[in-house]
Amino acid sequence: MNTRESILAAVLKNQPPASPLPDISAFKGSRQDVVDNYQAVFTSIGGIVHVVNSFAEINDRIRANFDPTKRIITTLPAMAGYVELMSATADPRTFDDVELAVIDAQLAVAENGAVWLPEQHMGQRIIPYICQHLAVVVPAEIIVPTLHEAYAQIGAGDYGFAAFIGGPSKTADIEQALVMGAHGPITMTVFILV
Amino acid sequence: METKTKDHAALAEAFIKDEEHVNWHDGALWWIRQKRDIASKQIPEWEALREAASQIKSNVLSNLHDYLLQFEANLIKNGITVHWASDAEEHNRIVYSILKAKEINQMIKSKSMLTEECHLNEYLAERGIDVINSDLGEYIQQLDNEPPSHIVLPCIHKRKEEIGEIFHEHLGTEKGVSDPTTLTRFARRHLRNAFITRRAALTGVNFAVAETGEYVVCTNEGNADMGAHLSDVQIASMGIEKIVPQKKHLGIFLRLLARSATGQPITIYSSHFKKPREGQEMHLILVDLGRTRQLGRPEFRESLKCIKCGACMNTCPVYRKSGGLSYHNTISGPIGAILAPNLDMKRHADLPFASTLCGSCSNVCPVKITIHDQLYQWRQVIVKEGFAANTKVLGMKAMAWTLSSPGSYARMGRAGRWVLNNIPFAINNKLNPWYKQREMPDGPKESFGEWYARNQKENGSDKK
Amino acid sequence: MTVGLFIPCYVNQFYPQAAIATLQLLQKLGVDVVYPPRQTCCGQPMANSGFEHLTQECNDLFLENFARFDYIVAPSASCVLHVKQHLHSTEDQALADRTRSSVYELVEFLTDVLKIDALKARFPHKVGIHQSCHGLRGLYLAQMSELNAVPFSKPVQLLNMVEGLELVDLDRPDECCGFGGTFCVAEEAVSVKMGRDRVTDHVKNGAEYITSVDLSCLMHLEGILHRNKSAVKAVHIAEILNSTM
Repeated sequence: MNTRESILAAVLKNQPPASPLPDISAFKGSRQDVVDNYQAVFTSIGGIVHVVNSFAEINDRIRANFDPTKRIITTLPAMAGYVELMSATADPRTFDDVELAVIDAQLAVAENGAVWLPEQHMGQRIIPYICQHLAVVVPAEIIVPTLHEAYAQIGAGDYGFAAFIGGPSKTADIEQALVMGAHGPITMTVFILV
Repeated sequence: METKTKDHAALAEAFIKDEEHVNWHDGALWWIRQKRDIASKQIPEWEALREAASQIKSNVLSNLHDYLLQFEANLIKNGITVHWASDAEEHNRIVYSILKAKEINQMIKSKSMLTEECHLNEYLAERGIDVINSDLGEYIQQLDNEPPSHIVLPCIHKRKEEIGEIFHEHLGTEKGVSDPTTLTRFARRHLRNAFITRRAALTGVNFAVAETGEYVVCTNEGNADMGAHLSDVQIASMGIEKIVPQKKHLGIFLRLLARSATGQPITIYSSHFKKPREGQEMHLILVDLGRTRQLGRPEFRESLKCIKCGACMNTCPVYRKSGGLSYHNTISGPIGAILAPNLDMKRHADLPFASTLCGSCSNVCPVKITIHDQLYQWRQVIVKEGFAANTKVLGMKAMAWTLSSPGSYARMGRAGRWVLNNIPFAINNKLNPWYKQREMPDGPKESFGEWYARNQKENGSDKK
Repeated sequence: MTVGLFIPCYVNQFYPQAAIATLQLLQKLGVDVVYPPRQTCCGQPMANSGFEHLTQECNDLFLENFARFDYIVAPSASCVLHVKQHLHSTEDQALADRTRSSVYELVEFLTDVLKIDALKARFPHKVGIHQSCHGLRGLYLAQMSELNAVPFSKPVQLLNMVEGLELVDLDRPDECCGFGGTFCVAEEAVSVKMGRDRVTDHVKNGAEYITSVDLSCLMHLEGILHRNKSAVKAVHIAEILNSTM
């Protein structure tokens, strides 16, 4: 018997009698005030929120808050006139100098502030991690109350990689002192597009 | 590294000597327990979520064989190479062979308690492969050549001055610098270079979805992703119990995990890996390392439901006052004390006794493992298997009683006599550990039994 | 209704005043109480040390002494919990099960069986409640701070009936004191540190008395208070509820 077979045989021999899966359909949140809730939670976890009406306004906010002489990239065609449109084929290591990445989310979750980013929205998998600052465009209508609604919408999902990202990279490993920007972005900004 | 010299009581006593330090440690972890309380109380359905999570995990354990087959088939369909390892040696050998085949001699690794249990870093170092732990806490522990003391907060037992000293010694920061932000920024620059240059990355696994063949890795730092997305070869190591049946179940577990661990609503990064990046190799190693044996122990199998949130450690007063390293096992605290005896009962015979059975651990557990009941059960097993003698005072006391037990005393008095001869506060002896820092109770003139008999006689037996 | 008074071995030997208070309190409330004199130990110290398989004689003796009563009441949550969870009989398990369900800790007997709503008691002091873990998480005498559930507290319900008594709030309302049976000597350093920290919490919040439903916890805390020559006293809840001072 090889290792695989022997592990599976031991599991089969030792696993307890069948225990049914619970019905989890009752878990759901309320759609009421999801945009306000999202803002409150995302701010509480160290994120920055701007409510905006257009991509032009997003561009204005970016100019006002980030250094335009540094490298700013985006996956969003609507932002292409303002900043560099990223390459999907470049070596991921070449993004090490990115100051700000501007991408958009497929979903956002009010209860925890996280945005759902399948890799198609990232451009490349490394983008939302390697940049010094991350900005994510969230149309107000994609905000759902809880993770239950989020997973219901995601389904199997057509992606090789996807992530919930809820705030700037963080650590509190040294004496529980909170430090933003452990390895990934030092700040995360969400533009809620209404 | 795990050459055991002292038991939990002795290691704890040494930890407690620095009272200011232990007060800080206790307070820091209690603060996290409080954050967990606040977060959990913002979710009205919290207790129902715990129950659902526990039931899902019961289902997983009862159907693990089929779920593993389903998961494996989906992994293969997704282009991920699957390996199986029965023990630490086999796991380490697999990692080594993957790296060797690509002629890679440097790897970056995010937090994985399983690879700590396997002593992977040491194994690879002996074969010329250098591993850097990328989680800041684990990185600090690696520099200091110490195992993590907490599964979520690896260096929670260290003060910032100690860490500043470690950075000064190993990384050349200025002497005396201990500001957490300064040290973190320094580590960020240092490790970013490692992320960019290293071609192989290994991560742990928080949840593995049988239905889709994807696995989820949760971090706050983003270190797992920095490693994985810049690597040519990505390896994930997971215990076989990490399965969840369906993707929608992630909603339950991700709502519970970070709130239980640190009081955050969700970890900053919850990464869902399904397929390798274009041009990348992705491997997943399914590891037994005692899991199937624990699955076969009816009274202890529920310990395999653990999602490694660390809440039981933060709430445990014994853990808070004794430090994770006093448990001399990779997984410390209450959950470690019910997992470790399965791995080596003799070596870890002291751990189920390193508890007051207060039960707080079971109440904070997001998957409702009855940890304190299992600690009680392990005590029974350890005594029956003959390892109680490993547990110092307790073993001696208990043995004294066992030896005196075979029918030599009258039935009524025996148990009571044992208790009164052995309970520590009854022994007026300076060597008695009770007396070291506590006074004995004042001896009353008469016992209640004597008082009652006297009163009954004086007042007539039927009087109230 | 006849109540069998179950006085744990160490209470009998070291804290007769708590046992007397329990007896007198029950009698004041009109309960017919009998103390079976041949009782010794419930077996918990052995069982918690891993020797439950050697406690059968304790079980048999307990049944011999107590199976005949409508209710069995003890001023010790810890011993009550042990009997409730572990009382076995090799001959008549149904009898053991029935006996398990008749065992009550004093406070829960007063609130749940007698359902008293008034007490003639006076105790004009600041009191901190030490929640015994077995009383709290084993017998559910109060809501546990870890759970997201409606708060309640049976000891508080009773202490609120005591004239002049003022309860103090603690920083950590239900943290373990570190007694833990043989833990108190096997892990002496941790046990004492836990106890000292509990004492500090009560003292800094102004308690003059620390009370509890368990004398084992109190014995440990009292040992620390006495060693430190503290003016704060440990007192069993029965003594407060029976107090007319």
